[in-house]
Amino acid sequence: MAGIVLEHEVDWKGFRTAARALVSAEIPPADIVWSVCAEDDLFGAVTSLPPPTLELRLPRALVTLAETVIQAHAPARFALLYRLIWRTAQGERYLLEQITDPDVDRARRLAQSVRRDTHKMRAFLRFREVTTDGATSHVAWFEPQHYIVEANADFFVRCFAGMTWSILTPYRSAHWDGTALSFTAGASPKDVPDDDHLAEYWQVYFSAIFNPARLKIGAMLSEMPRKYWKNLPEAAAIPELIASAAARTQAMIDTPTLSPPRPTKRSHRPLPLPDQSSLAEARAEATQCRRCPLWASATQIVFGEGPTDAAIMLIGEQAGDQEDLAGRPFIGPAGQLLDRALQEAGLDRRQLYVTNAVKHFKFTPRGKRRLHQSPDASEIAACRWWLDIERANVAPAVTVLLGGSAGRAVLGRPVAVLRERGRPMPLPTEQRPQGVALLTVHPSFLLRLPDESAKIREYAAFVADLRTAATLVNNRSAAT
Amino acid sequence: MDLLDKLAILADAAKYDASCASSGTEKRNSLSGGIGSTEGMGICHAYAPDGRCISLLKILLTNACVYECLYCINRRSSNVQRARFTVAEVVQLTLGFYRRNCIEGLFLSSGIIRSPDYTMEQLVEVARVLREDHGFRGYIHLKTIPDASPELMAAAGRHADRLSINVELPSQAGLDAFAPEKSLPDIRRSMARMRLRIDAAKDRGAPRFAPAGQSTQVIVGADASNDREILAMSTNLYASYGLKRVYYSAFSPIPDANSALPPRAAPLLREHRLYQADWLLRFYGFADHELATGVDGNMPLDMDPKLAWALANRAEFPMDVNTAPREQLLRVPGLGVKSVDRILIARRHRRLRLDDLSRLRLSLGKVTPFLITADHTPRLSDSQLLSASLPRLKSQQMSLFA
Repeated sequence: MAGIVLEHEVDWKGFRTAARALVSAEIPPADIVWSVCAEDDLFGAVTSLPPPTLELRLPRALVTLAETVIQAHAPARFALLYRLIWRTAQGERYLLEQITDPDVDRARRLAQSVRRDTHKMRAFLRFREVTTDGATSHVAWFEPQHYIVEANADFFVRCFAGMTWSILTPYRSAHWDGTALSFTAGASPKDVPDDDHLAEYWQVYFSAIFNPARLKIGAMLSEMPRKYWKNLPEAAAIPELIASAAARTQAMIDTPTLSPPRPTKRSHRPLPLPDQSSLAEARAEATQCRRCPLWASATQIVFGEGPTDAAIMLIGEQAGDQEDLAGRPFIGPAGQLLDRALQEAGLDRRQLYVTNAVKHFKFTPRGKRRLHQSPDASEIAACRWWLDIERANVAPAVTVLLGGSAGRAVLGRPVAVLRERGRPMPLPTEQRPQGVALLTVHPSFLLRLPDESAKIREYAAFVADLRTAATLVNNRSAAT
Repeated sequence: MDLLDKLAILADAAKYDASCASSGTEKRNSLSGGIGSTEGMGICHAYAPDGRCISLLKILLTNACVYECLYCINRRSSNVQRARFTVAEVVQLTLGFYRRNCIEGLFLSSGIIRSPDYTMEQLVEVARVLREDHGFRGYIHLKTIPDASPELMAAAGRHADRLSINVELPSQAGLDAFAPEKSLPDIRRSMARMRLRIDAAKDRGAPRFAPAGQSTQVIVGADASNDREILAMSTNLYASYGLKRVYYSAFSPIPDANSALPPRAAPLLREHRLYQADWLLRFYGFADHELATGVDGNMPLDMDPKLAWALANRAEFPMDVNTAPREQLLRVPGLGVKSVDRILIARRHRRLRLDDLSRLRLSLGKVTPFLITADHTPRLSDSQLLSASLPRLKSQQMSLFA
């Protein structure tokens, strides 16, 4: 039988050294008695062990668990931890994953209890301010369930490094002088000064933030059990708050005041648009658009932008995620690709009018993302209203249709993009803005292509189409 | 008016905002100066008898307001006593409570006075003084005002951990009826701008902007919106603006209430069901249209939404606890995210039996009607399942005739 005496309740170093030697000497758990030396018994019966002959390598997870469990107020914890170490050393490699094993289960429960106690100490400890000889310090009294003061002290240092403070508990006290941490013996609540002047303010706050119309005593107790109340200055107010809650609530229900005259409401109804409305008027009106259901889930309408006398109008499919957030067309990934292609084609985006066939973003929410959905024919038709106004006002010489939805919106029929692309097409005669249309792919089509060679090939074709548009404009201005 | 009176009035005025989180921000400490720390996990320093945690000093800068939101105690026409803190007073209270370990930081909101920009400027100034003059490293949550200028928003995001704008009611129709000065499109545009700034701040070297993200609150039970509309709104807001949280606040009677509002006790159980459903949306892979399937568009009050879903989708059960994939186990009533993860670890090493489940700290009465273990197979007519569901269904029917 080996007797191991540890120096104090959380003597992790002593425990680890002993455990190494014991495993090395092949002493099984049943043959060891663990104890912690009492204050007056510094040199109890200690079995002297030979230095370990082999390096004991413990899994990181086991060390982390043991460092927590050793803080538990449970005399059997040393034997339990040694059993886990012994079994691991005997070859049970994945022991900690056997969470239904009784030893593992017990250790996990103890660790959980320590963590909860640690959390409650950080939550419910209250400092009182003390001024002696002009110097201010802070003192707290707390009664933890486990031996957590040492392991928790660093947390309070990180939080209150600029203060001088002491945390007193029944078994041990921690002190921070502004530069170093020290520990002394346990203390008594009498060592803590009376409530300081801010305690009254904190009680007033606690009482005022309580809503008597939603009394939930059980919810409070499950998180803040009564055992903590005696050291919380605000808890003194609880009984009265509970007792008066029902009457206060009934008084509020019983005495409504009359409605004041209603203030004027904002108008959300779009006014009928005159045929010749200016682009600026249309842009303002469009913020209230309810022509199709897409407005309801989108942030805002994304109207076209660019000079009203632009020679080229670019029409995309619909606003995307980034466009919906910022309220501007073609600023997301497809917009960045478009910008690059325009530059290579010798076009300056600032001189183009850029818009979309559908001006609200259509999507399916999925967690923290929105998945793009293509607009259907009815949404394209509904949004034609705004597109027609843009086209009538800008009257571009060349209208570049980026993808099938834009093609459908302007040409009024389903289009085959890859077959019809790249050549000037006359616009339907009933449409007022004269000029030609040029169909090409949407830049997001390029982003979706899986293989690199297709990407390069299709990108070059896209740039070539944009060049054709530029040439068409130059030819027309040369002709006039 | 002394500071104690102001504190009583301006804390009372702030208590209808449910948000309390102090988590999810960057790690900071005061080792290099200043005061305070944030370490990822929030800390609730006290609980009021309403069950709500007290983590932050939650106050208004002023409860004077030019708006007339009928559900709000601080509305223009309310006879409530008005008060206003100075910037220095809020700073003094925040630091004083913080040094005593009463709070993790400050949640500052305000009634709208003069103009949105003026109000926002005051809020930002409190945060600036705390951060720059006192080296405050604790948590700051600022309520932001839609329509505040971009410069003020940038300053707010520089100093605050979290920013929020409350949608208050899930539809513009609701706002028109109860909060005529508020516009849902304005609120959503503000959220969109904040998302863009929060995303941009994640790039290296970018200016700091609200590292704990943004959140919002919706009031439940003041207008006629049903659960389906509310959950659809939440789903949309999470996806569109990357919100960290949507808070649901049961409309509760207020002093000096307006007669247009329902004069009744707060629908606390409904609020609780919405929080449960919100968790199912965010962590359990449920979609909003799978919940709140009742004819009135609401979730049943007498059982949690997951059990309601399971009873309506009996064909999915029983599931084999030893083979079912994670996303299916998450749909079993009585299994939380942590217990599912424990099951996945434990079943690597053995075929799980009923006594393994109890060692995993599961409530056998809740889960066994839905799970197959190595030594247990529930039947469709399993009396446990019936006893688990029947009393609830019965009381639900009775409430229809009540």
